[in-house]
Amino acid sequence: MKMALKSSPVVFGWLSRLPRSFSTSSALAAKPMTVRDAINSAIDEEMERDEKVFILGEEVAQYDGAYKVTRGLLKKYGDKRVIDTPITESGFTGIAVGAAFAGLRPICEFMTFNFSMQAIDQIINSAAKTFYMSAGQVPCPIVFRGPNGAAAGVAAQHSQCFGAWYSHCPGLKVVMPFSSEDAKGLMKSAIRSQDPVVVLEDEILYGAQFPMSDEALSKDFLLPIGKAKVERAGQHVTLVCAGRATDTALQAANDLAGKGIECEVINLRSIRPLDFPAIAQSVAKTHHLVTVEQGWPQSGIGAEICARIMESPSFFELDAPAWRVTGADVPMPYARSLEALAIPAKQDVVAAVTAVLGNKISAASSQ
Amino acid sequence: MSKLVPSVAKLLAGNTVTKVGAPVATTSNAKYSTKSQASFEIKPYKLHKLDKGPATTATLTSEDALKLYEQLAVIRRIETASGNLYREKIIRGFCHLYSGQEAVAVGMRAAMRDCDTVITAYRCHGWTHLMGASVAGVLCELTGRKTGVSRGKGGSMHLYARNFYGGNGIVGAQSPLGAGIAFKHKYSGDGGVNFALYGDGAANQGQLFEAYNMAKLWDLPCVFVCENNGYGMGTSMDRSSASTDYYSRGDYIPGIWVDGMDVLATREATRFCIDYCTSGKGPLVMEMETYRYSGHSMSDPGTSYRTRDEIQEVRQTRDPITSFKEKILSNELATPDQLKEIDSKVREVVDEATKLAKSDAEIGTEELSADIYADCLEPTIRGVTPDAPLTHIAVAQRN
Repeated sequence: MKMALKSSPVVFGWLSRLPRSFSTSSALAAKPMTVRDAINSAIDEEMERDEKVFILGEEVAQYDGAYKVTRGLLKKYGDKRVIDTPITESGFTGIAVGAAFAGLRPICEFMTFNFSMQAIDQIINSAAKTFYMSAGQVPCPIVFRGPNGAAAGVAAQHSQCFGAWYSHCPGLKVVMPFSSEDAKGLMKSAIRSQDPVVVLEDEILYGAQFPMSDEALSKDFLLPIGKAKVERAGQHVTLVCAGRATDTALQAANDLAGKGIECEVINLRSIRPLDFPAIAQSVAKTHHLVTVEQGWPQSGIGAEICARIMESPSFFELDAPAWRVTGADVPMPYARSLEALAIPAKQDVVAAVTAVLGNKISAASSQ
Repeated sequence: MSKLVPSVAKLLAGNTVTKVGAPVATTSNAKYSTKSQASFEIKPYKLHKLDKGPATTATLTSEDALKLYEQLAVIRRIETASGNLYREKIIRGFCHLYSGQEAVAVGMRAAMRDCDTVITAYRCHGWTHLMGASVAGVLCELTGRKTGVSRGKGGSMHLYARNFYGGNGIVGAQSPLGAGIAFKHKYSGDGGVNFALYGDGAANQGQLFEAYNMAKLWDLPCVFVCENNGYGMGTSMDRSSASTDYYSRGDYIPGIWVDGMDVLATREATRFCIDYCTSGKGPLVMEMETYRYSGHSMSDPGTSYRTRDEIQEVRQTRDPITSFKEKILSNELATPDQLKEIDSKVREVVDEATKLAKSDAEIGTEELSADIYADCLEPTIRGVTPDAPLTHIAVAQRN
C-alpha cells in the first residue's frame, strides 16, 4: 500500500492533468512558487536558523521525500539532521516526541496523515497532554506534518481528512495551509512554536503554483497561527473553508459572482485555534453561512463552526440556516465516478449557496 | 524542572538527602560502624551477545551503605503511606505501588551521573523522589494538592523532576520516548544516557521493538530496562510472553540479566551500561528480575493470580531491604543503631509529608486552564457551557 505511494506514478500522472494554477485572491503576483517549494524553503530556512531543528520520517532523506517536499535537505544538512526512518510510525513518532521533551525541535513527517493513526497515541497522549500534566515542566515543541485528506485514486485507507480528529484535542495547534504563502508562513510559525503543531498539507496542492509576495519570500515571513485570511470579500454569503476546500470555494465564488452573488471567502488557515471572530464578523455582514471542507460531516470542522454560531450572538445574525458542504459520509471509493461524488466540487458549493440564499432549505435537508 | 516546588517542600527534601553521621572508623563510639568498606559477590549475570558483563564483585563504603539503605527505606515508606492514603480515599483513581522493587531504582540511581535521564511507566513514585523531588512533592501529587510536583494536575502516574520525564500512563509508550531522549543526548553530544524503564507486561508491546530497532540503527545511548516483576497486571510472564528471557529480546541488542532484588547488582550493572553506552556502542537491554508485593494497582488485591505463600516467600527470602540490611550489618558497614536512626528519620519525613498531603490545599480553580499551551493562542478556553469561558494562564516559568 505504501509502495504505491512511494512510486506514485498514478498520483503524479493525475497531477499533471490538473490545471497548475489555483484560484487566488492576490492580484499582485510577484513570483510564482509551488506549495511544495514553499514548504521546502520554510523547513530549509528554519533548519538554517536553529540547530535544534531536525526532520525525520520515511524517505525524507535519500529519496528526497515521498512527495519531494524535503528535496535537497539531506545534501545541505547531512544525515544527522535529515533522517530516514524505518516504516514504524509509532516508534519514530515516540522518538520525535521524546527528543522534543528533551529540548530539540523535531519535524516529524508522516508520508501521509493516514499513517499517523499508527502513532496517534504518541501525538495525543504524549505530545499534546504532557505540558499540562506536568504543570508546564515538560514542553513539547514539535511539528507533525505531511499530506492529509483525499488525494486521487488511492481509495479509502489513503484518503481521509484528519482536521477534525486533531483539532479535537486541547494541547495541539492545527493548521491547514492552502496557498504557497500559507504553507511557508504557517510552517515557519509551526517550527518556531513552543507547542506541538499539526500541519495538514495536501498532496494535490503540492504541485500547484501560487504567487509569492516579496514579503513571503523573506526569511522572516511568519503567519500567525490562529488567524484566518479573507481570500475574497463579499457581502451576500460567507464561505468558510481551509486547505484545498478553499480552492473549491473560490471557484464557486467566481461562478456566483457572474450571477450577481458576492461571496466572502474565509480561508481559516488554522483549525485550532479557530478564528471564530473572523467568521462572526463576516456573518454579521452577510447574514448567511456555508462551510466547505473535504472531511466527513459528523463532528467535523463545519459542525464545530455551526455549533459556535448557535452558541453565540452570531445566531441572530443569520437570515437562514447555515449549511455544511462536506465530504460524503462514506469511505472513499476507488472508482473515478464515485470518488468525484465523495468530495465537494464547485457546483456543490454553488448549489448550497443558492439554497441558503434562497432560503430553500427543504425537509430533505433535515439531516 | 522542579522550580514549582514551594519552599516547604524543599525543606522536606533537604531532610531526605542529608548525609547521615560520617562513618569514621572509631572504636570508642559503638554507635558508628567499624569498617569503612567491604566487598560483595553478586549473583551471576546472564549475558546476551556480550563477551564481558558488569563487575561481579561490588565494593561498598559505609557511607554509601547508609545512603542506599536510606533510599530503599524511604521508598518503602512512601509506598506504605500511599497505600494508606488510598485506603483512606484521599488518593483517588490509580495508585501503583513499588514495594518489593526498590533495589532496581535505588541501585540504578546510585550509578547514574548528573547528565543521565530516566523515563518510566506509572510505577513512578520512588523514581521521582530519587530524581530530586521531595517526599512531600510526591505524596502531595498523589493526593492532588498544590505542593505536588505537577501541582496536583498529573496524579500518581504523571510525576516529573529534573532529567525525569515521567510517569507515563500508556503501557509501552515510554520506550520510544526514552529512545527520543537518548536521541537528544547523542544529537547534542551532552554525554548523557537515557534509561527507559518498562515492565514485563510492556515487554510485548510492538512499539518497544520499533524503538529497539531505531536505537540500534542509530546507536542511541539508551538502556531499555525491563523491570520484570513477574506479572503484567494479573497475567504472569509465562502466560504473556513466548520468551521470558527479556534480556535477550532485543535480539541484535546486547542484554544483561540482573538480580533486581540486590541493590549492589543493579548499581554495578548500571555502571556497566553507562560505560558501554557512552563508548558509542549503542543501546543495551537490561532485565531486572524483581517482585511486586502489592497488587497491580490498589484495586487489585493481587491474590487471584498468585498465592499468598508466594508473596510471603519472596518477602522472607529475597526482600531487597531486609537482605541489604543483613549484608551491611554482618559486614559491619553500619550498626543497628545507625539504621534505627535512619528508620526513624525516614518515618518522620514521610509522616510529615503525609500530613501535608492531607492538609495541603488544592490549586486554585483558575488553574483548570493553566499551562495547556506554552504559548496559548486561544482568546479564551471553552468551559463546560458557552457562557463560562476560562482564561488561559501561565503558571510555570517560561524559558
